[in-house]
Parts: sequence; C-alpha cells; structure tokens
Amino acid sequence: MTNSWNDIKNTDLVLVMGGNAAEAHPCGFKWVVEAKANNGAKLIVVDPRFTRTAAVADVYAPIRPGTDIAFLSGVMRYLLGNNKIHQEYTKAYTNASYLVKPGFKFEDGLFSGFDEGRKAYVDRSGWDYEFDEQGMAKVDETLQDPRCVINLLKAHVERYTPEMVERICGTPKDKFLKICEMIGTTSTSDRTMTSMYALGWTQHTTGAQNIRSMAMIQLLLGNMGMPGGGVNALRGHSNVQGITDLALLSTSTPGYLVLPTEKETTYADYMKSRAFKPIRPGQTSFWQNYGKFFVSQQKSFFGAAATKDNDWAYDYLPKFDVGYDTLKIVDMMAAGQMNGLFCQGLNLMMAAPNKTKVQAGLSKLKWLVVIDPLETETARFWENHGEFNNVDPKAIQTEVIVLPTTTFAEDEGSATNSSRVIMWHWKAAEGPGEVRSDMEIMSDLFSRLKTAYAKDGGAFPDPILNLTWNYSNPHNPDAAEVLKEINGYAVEDVPDPADPSKLLLRAGQLLPNFGVMRDDGKTSGGCWIYTGVYTEAGNMSMRRDASDPTGKGVFPNWGFAWPANRRVLYNRASADPNGKPWSERKKYVWWNGSRWTGPDVPDYAPTVAPDKAVGPFIMNPEGTARLFARAAMPDGPFPEHYEPMDAYIANPLHPKVTTNPVVRVFAADANAFGKPDKFPIVATSYRLTEHFHYWTKNAHANAVLQPELFVEMGERLAAAKGVKDGDWVEVTSQRGSIKAKACVTKRLRPIMVDGKPCDVLGVPIHYGFIGLTRKAHPMNVLTPPVGDASVQTPEYKAFLVDVKKTTPPAQSPAVA
Amino acid sequence: MATMQSLDIRRRSASTEVPPQVRQSAIQVAKLIDVSKCIGCKACQAACLEWNDLKAPIGYTDGTYNNPTDLTPTSWTVMRFTEYEKGDDLEWLIRKDGCMHCDDPGCLKACPAPGAIVQYTNGIVDFVSENCIGCGYCVKGCPFNVPRISKVDRKAYKCTLCVDRVSVGQAPACAKACPTQAIYFGSKEDMIVHAEHRIADLKSRGFEKAGLYNPPGVGGTHVMYVLNHADKPSLYSGLPDDPRISPMVGLWKGVMKPISLAAIAFAGVFGFLHYITKGPNEVSDTDERKADDLAKGKGA
Repeated sequence: MTNSWNDIKNTDLVLVMGGNAAEAHPCGFKWVVEAKANNGAKLIVVDPRFTRTAAVADVYAPIRPGTDIAFLSGVMRYLLGNNKIHQEYTKAYTNASYLVKPGFKFEDGLFSGFDEGRKAYVDRSGWDYEFDEQGMAKVDETLQDPRCVINLLKAHVERYTPEMVERICGTPKDKFLKICEMIGTTSTSDRTMTSMYALGWTQHTTGAQNIRSMAMIQLLLGNMGMPGGGVNALRGHSNVQGITDLALLSTSTPGYLVLPTEKETTYADYMKSRAFKPIRPGQTSFWQNYGKFFVSQQKSFFGAAATKDNDWAYDYLPKFDVGYDTLKIVDMMAAGQMNGLFCQGLNLMMAAPNKTKVQAGLSKLKWLVVIDPLETETARFWENHGEFNNVDPKAIQTEVIVLPTTTFAEDEGSATNSSRVIMWHWKAAEGPGEVRSDMEIMSDLFSRLKTAYAKDGGAFPDPILNLTWNYSNPHNPDAAEVLKEINGYAVEDVPDPADPSKLLLRAGQLLPNFGVMRDDGKTSGGCWIYTGVYTEAGNMSMRRDASDPTGKGVFPNWGFAWPANRRVLYNRASADPNGKPWSERKKYVWWNGSRWTGPDVPDYAPTVAPDKAVGPFIMNPEGTARLFARAAMPDGPFPEHYEPMDAYIANPLHPKVTTNPVVRVFAADANAFGKPDKFPIVATSYRLTEHFHYWTKNAHANAVLQPELFVEMGERLAAAKGVKDGDWVEVTSQRGSIKAKACVTKRLRPIMVDGKPCDVLGVPIHYGFIGLTRKAHPMNVLTPPVGDASVQTPEYKAFLVDVKKTTPPAQSPAVA
Repeated sequence: MATMQSLDIRRRSASTEVPPQVRQSAIQVAKLIDVSKCIGCKACQAACLEWNDLKAPIGYTDGTYNNPTDLTPTSWTVMRFTEYEKGDDLEWLIRKDGCMHCDDPGCLKACPAPGAIVQYTNGIVDFVSENCIGCGYCVKGCPFNVPRISKVDRKAYKCTLCVDRVSVGQAPACAKACPTQAIYFGSKEDMIVHAEHRIADLKSRGFEKAGLYNPPGVGGTHVMYVLNHADKPSLYSGLPDDPRISPMVGLWKGVMKPISLAAIAFAGVFGFLHYITKGPNEVSDTDERKADDLAKGKGA
C-alpha cells in the first residue's frame, strides 16, 4: 500500500477493482465501512462477479476478466477529455510536461523497438525523454508540444471510447460513464479516491500494467500522497509483505535491491547502471544512495569477509541468467532438469498453475522436502486419491521428506502487513509433537551444509563458509537477533561527518535510520528499508500505542512502518508546490516556514524549503511521478489492452497483436492455451471469505462454513446446459477438467462483449484432496501456465473453459 | 444456570411462581444487526461455534453460500443469502439468522416444562437444558422458526445471546468477531439511537424505506435489524413481515388449558371408578413366564 489500512477512513470514494476486499480482507474492510458510515464515502465495485464487496457497494459494474486496462484507459480518456484532472498537481508533480524522444512510437499494438523473433522489445532506447547537453530531461511547461507526455497519453487513450470499453469489457456504457463521473469528482483538492486491489489485478499477463494504469489515474486526479488516496495493494498472506520486502523475486535482494546479472561480472559493472544521477535540476534522486544500502547488506551477509579489497564480497553473490520464478521452476522440473526441491510454506501442487504439469514435474524429482505445518497436497502428490489425484504411486520414485513446522502462533517474530507496518507477534502456544520452527530447520540445514563444505571443500565454498551467523544459539536463532541484523548496526565507530571529533555511531550501535548507512563498510544492515525497526530504544515492532493524536489514522507509535515509520508514501505531494496543503480538508504534510511538518513523517528532506523546487517523488531521478514509464516496464511505457492468453476475442484494437506480445511462453506449453471455439466461456478464479488459501480446509469451523467445491455460473448459462443449483458439472479447459457442484446465481449475468453475450464462470481455489472439507479436484488443473510479462505472476484470473452437466465423482479409495 | 435462585429472572416457563421482584432496574440489552454493513463473512458463525464449543458436522454445499444450510442444534446462527433483482439492479441481501430474543417470547409461552425456558430481566431468552423435556412446543411457539431439537439428547437448542458473556459485561461472541461492526451490542435504548443514524445514512444513499426491525407483534425483540428495505422484511430470506405468536399457543395455554385439565381429572376419576368397580388387573402365571422369556431374550 502507498497509504495504510487506517488511512482508508479518510477517503471520499473507494474503488474496489481487481480485488474483493470484503471477502478476501474482511478485517481491513472495516475501514471502508468506516469511511462510508462516518466520512460519507461512496463505494464502487468493478468485478466480473457480484461479490460480497458489491453487496455493500453504492455502485457495481460488471467487467470481463482480463480487460481492466481497457476500462482504466477509458477512465483516463474521460478524465483528460472532460478536464477532470488536477491540473496543477499533474503539471508540477508528474512528467506530464516532459518531451519524449521521436523514436517512441505505438502502432498496431506494438511499441517501438519490438523484435518479432525474440518476442521482446529489444530496443527500448526510444522509450525515454529528450535530454539537453547537461543530461537534463527537456520539458514544455506550456504542455503544447505534441511530444509532451500528457499529449502522447491523450493520443494513446483516445481509442478507449465508452463504446470501445463496452465492446471489450462488456461493461454497460451508462454504468461506465457513471463510474467515470464519480471518479472525476475526486480531481478537486478537497476530495480523494482510494484504490484497493489485490490478485484480481496482479494475476494477469498484463498484471503490472493494470496497477500502473491506476497509478496514472491517481496521479491525474492528484490523489497520490494524499490522505484517503493512493494505490493500495491488499496483501493476502500474513507477512507476504514481509517476504516481498526481504526479496520475494528470484532476481532481487532484500530492500528491493537487484541481484547482479551474469553480465555484471564486477562490482564496478554492477554499479555503472546504478548511479541514479538526477535528470532534472536540483532533484534528490534518492537511489543515489544505492551503494550504501548494497554495501551495508553485503556486510550483513558476509561480515568481515566483505572488504573494500574484494569489492564487498561481490563475487559471493550468485549472478542470474534468467529469473527462476515458480513457473520456471515447474517447467524445469517437468523437463527433468531438477533433482530436488525444497518446498517451504508453499503448497505447490495447489498454488502453481496447470496441476498436471506440476504433478509430472514433482514425479521427476529425486527428492522433495516439504516444510509445512500442515499435510499438503504437495507432500501427498504421489498418493492416489481416485479421480481427484489419479496417479500410480508405484510409478513415482520421488523420495518425499516432510519436516513439520510450527504455525505462526507457535513461534515469535515480526510480520509486515499491507500497510507496511512491521509488527511483532509473540508465541501463543507450543507446537505439537516434534515440530520445529522454520528458522530452526533452516539453521540446522545451514550448519550441516557448512560442516560439509568445511570438510569436503567444493567448487566455491567461500560464500557458505563466510556467511555471517552470529547468533547466541546458532542452531536456533532468536527472532529478535535476526530483526536486529536486518535493522543494521555500526561495524566500527562512525565519526560525525559534520564534526569528525564527535562520534555519530559507536561500534555495535544499532542504526537509528537508513540515512546513516555507509558504503565504506562501517555499517551493516540486511534490508535498508527496515532500518529503524530495532534501535537502541528497543524493538519498535513491539509498540502497541493505539493513540492517533491527529485523528488522521496515523497511529505513529503502533509498530513501525517502513520506510522511516512513514504511513503515507509521497506525502510531500499533499501540499502544493509552495508547501501549503492543497486544501484544509486534506491537510497532511506541509511547510511551516522552517520545516516540513504534519501528523506523519514527511517523505522528503525535512528542511528543504519549497522554493528549492525539489520534486515530491524523490526516488525518481526526475523528482516527479511517471505517467510515461520510460523503459522501466518490459511491455511498454503506457499500458495497453491485450487479451488474456486464453483470448476470448481477437483484440478489437489491433487484431494482429491480440495478446501481450512479450509474454514468456515455454516451448513445452506451446499448445497449452485454449480458443473460444472449443472453450466459449470466460472463467476466473477467486477466494471465499470462509477460507484462507489451502490451509483452513484443515480447520473444522472453516470446513463447516464452506464445506465443498462449487462453481458459480449465471442463470442463462445454467439454463443452456440444463444445470440446476447443486447439480454436478464438469468444467474443462485446454489444460484439463474438474468436477464440482453448480452454484447457479443471478450475480453472474451474461455481458455483451464485441456484440455477443459472454458467460462468465467462477471457481474458488480452496479445495483439494487433503483436509476436512469434501475431497475435490484442485482447480489449478484448469489454469494456464503463463505469467505477467513483468514479474511472472500466473494468469489465474482469466481463462477459457467449457462446462457440461455430469455425474458425481466416484468415491476415492481409502488412503492409509 | 437459571433456577429460581437467580435474581435476574423475569419469566419462567410453565410456572405460576412469581420470580424475585427486588431487581427491577436491569438494563434491557439488544443486539443490532446492520444488514447494510454486513459482508456475509460468517465470522459471527465461526465465533459462535468456537465460543459455544459446537461441533457442527461438515456438510455439503447445495449450490448456495448458505452453509450450514439451516439452523441446527449445533449451528445457532447462520447467514442467509438472497439475490434480489430490482429492475436492472441486483442486491445481495445477507441476513444473519438466529434467535430474536422476543420481549414476548412465544417459545417460553408454549413451553410446558417448568423452568425450561427463562427470560432474564435484561430481556435475554434462554433455554435451561436440565428442565427441557424435548417436546418441541417451543418450535411451534416461535414465530421465527428458530429452536431446533437435538436428535442426540432430545433437548432444544438456540442462540443464548451469549448470556454467559453478557452476564460478565462482555458482548456476545458474534458481535466481538464482526469485522465491520455490522453487529452492535448494548442497551436497547442505545441501539435504537444508533440505528437511527444508520437509517439516515441509508436514506441519503437512496434507500428510502430503510428502517429498524423491532416487531411489535412479539413485544419488540432484543435482536433487531437495520434493513435497507424495512417495508419488506420478507425479502431477507423470509424474515416475517409481522411476526406473532401462533394462536395455537394462546389456545393451548388459554381456553384449552382448563379443558385439558378437566380431561385429565376426568381420566383420573374414571380410572378410580374403574378400579373400585372392576378391581385391579391380575397377572397370570402365563404372563410371568412370557415376561421371563422376553427378559432372557427367548421371546418373540
């Protein structure tokens, strides 16, 4: 989240699109209810299904799965065309006025620089600003130049008329325009809209661009950095925010630093592209501190072994050739390219798309280690569960080792929530039997590996042998010690740069903030954005002060929000260029004549006066936010509508480029995608509030509340197939088929897409063949093995199926 | 837990004794369920199962979101989902169903077992299992079709309004668990004031018929709803538009009672007269032999 859960109460308009907050985030949804009840806020829901969030919405509009960019681009067209943008904000705080290189083009569905053979934008040099001799981006303050970002954007979204939106999305034009009008009311200085999204936006081949579209809308409206504004990702798992911060992606290191590629063979090479010099006069370009964060991280990884002479142990880091995301791993397993797999806190058999492929891959492993508190389908992938998992155990030679772990309530540590607030949790109970915590298991594994490397050597034992492991009990580290290590400390005395006779930090002192980090090896810190969470004043994540002095939902002494305990990111933008709040009603951070002040920690140098004209988006070298993404995205500087890989129609905008042209498709999956002639129904997957992923099917109360898999279908489709409530149906995609009970509902009406009615079918994800709920076909049998072009999040939210009435599944044989 | 020892009893089923009269100032409590804030998440259902240690059986889906599909002896509250089409627009009406804790409780009136149903001075209606005879009259007496008779122990069960929590100053488990504050708990007076604010908000959003459900036919209830469509309660999965205690209960406890008592008295008098005119039943040797055979398992 750019803002926080609590901040939602400040909003005037909630747009839930690409998520289903009431069902998937019921506890956080209380803040929407609060905004409605006490701030007069309205709630808009745009979703393929009429969800439980829609049940309490003021306006609901249907949308065909996988067409969000068309909808949002249509919103941008409406805002730009009807002057419903925050003019001053857009001009001052975004790159609206920047001139784009003449090399940048968009024609017939492709941006400039596309290489047909490699299916990639190989030459992205045109996706940038024009620069002057000083290396500064050129701008046209009058916004008249047709090469200004704002004018290119206008031209780009011009095609997304309400008629086109209706044709692609199936959203009735009147509903669409009603929503545009409501969104447009928040372009004023005293009103804000919040965007709440989750996997409904990320799980598409255009996932990252879905979210960018909303970021652009919020920038046009002047809603970034504002109370009650922002683009807010609702995170699903407890601590999935934490794992993201600590390097979720295979190509990241903690704190959103980047793992070197195999081309960056030296530290100098690596840093060459990470200078982050400002490209507008006087800008902060905060990533200029990259080296300080990187070196401090290397010190935390490798301690004394990371020295200036060995480039801070740069050679110890693996250099990646390609990303090893889940889809890639499954593909490699299925191709027989892997011997073993550690599956920790992941039920791969249920969580990865195309269960058949996952099954085949696991069957080719020599060994599989499952580290989990629960019995999972992954640990039992080799068992025959009748038609729900119809395998021959005799034919599978994989050795499976299950290491039971404690659950979240049986160990202690910190978890980071969607609001970026790091909160400590204490152990509530001892785990059963022989369970050990994940940390204890990993420590044991590490100590055995280290012993083996020490004894036998190996090709390159140095990173393992020199890994820092300074815990009081190396076999079971205390979580507080780990959090201190992440926070960072001074390796040796650090003199005060202002007065070298004084000490800024003494050796061993915990770092108070990331501002003191250094690139000379004097500081250590595992994840720069977490610095400040554990200081000499104590463990900030343990703070539980429920007071909110200003009533703005800040709660400054509850836990610790990264970065720097800041609750709303980019909050400098809540004041105008002169430092005055845009409006009294949305007053948040402002210049008081000598410094920036307000209820929150300013996202800005605290004493830099407004007349210095330093932009509020300090992470960008231009100091402004980007309506035009430059070359940061692999699939274009502007979002563009592409059909899901199971394409329901030829793309009406450019039929020759129907799907995202730079999507990665593995050779093994060339025939994995369905066509509408055989699979004429659009399907989407989702979560039910009664269950949490694949865990709670093991919990009695949850199993009582939603005991069995079903699929939702509209009355028209059900009538056409002769299906009634509770009948068994078979749902088939190009990947396979499942059986489930039918839930016939008015909440899924056929929508008109490209002039013809389109039926949408929904399948919840939670059910499998292990647990207390009724045995079921894992629904990922149906989903396509392809991911977002930017980050490879699988496309679970839009695929094609067919459905027919069928007989109940044969009871599965008993399993020992 | 409720015997006549309790000072907090207002009414007791099938009893002529007058409950203790000293404590008269008890606050009337109420639970207010605001359907316009309810997201149907069933946290209340889970909390009810957990707090009351209910092991409801794991069922099957019937193709709706109603699970369990009905109130049972082990499911004292269930969410009921209704899809309501109003012109082009759809509303998904979600109502938490369970005991309404009527001020004039039909179950209590119908109950023939002394002390099996009590009403506390704060308004809560509770079943006292040790006194329950499992006759099911409470089921007939309830205008909301709430009590359920267990097949395991032949006792009647329903929501207690967490009387055990309320008596120590806690809100019911469902209210505590509700993430959106769709369930409020407090004095009935406060709940009515709170409801008025909510109704004003709903009216401002176009629900002109929004209102409070506190039906007078049962003397008002200690579980009330804020409804978007208060003019049509039955839209919400058959919530009674104008609930009243079945006339059969009045009949049974009113006119029928002296007639029944007379019939019982007549039966007694007839038996006595039969005894003195015909003498007692004699047990023959054949009867004894057959009985022995039956006891030893030989008999047919």
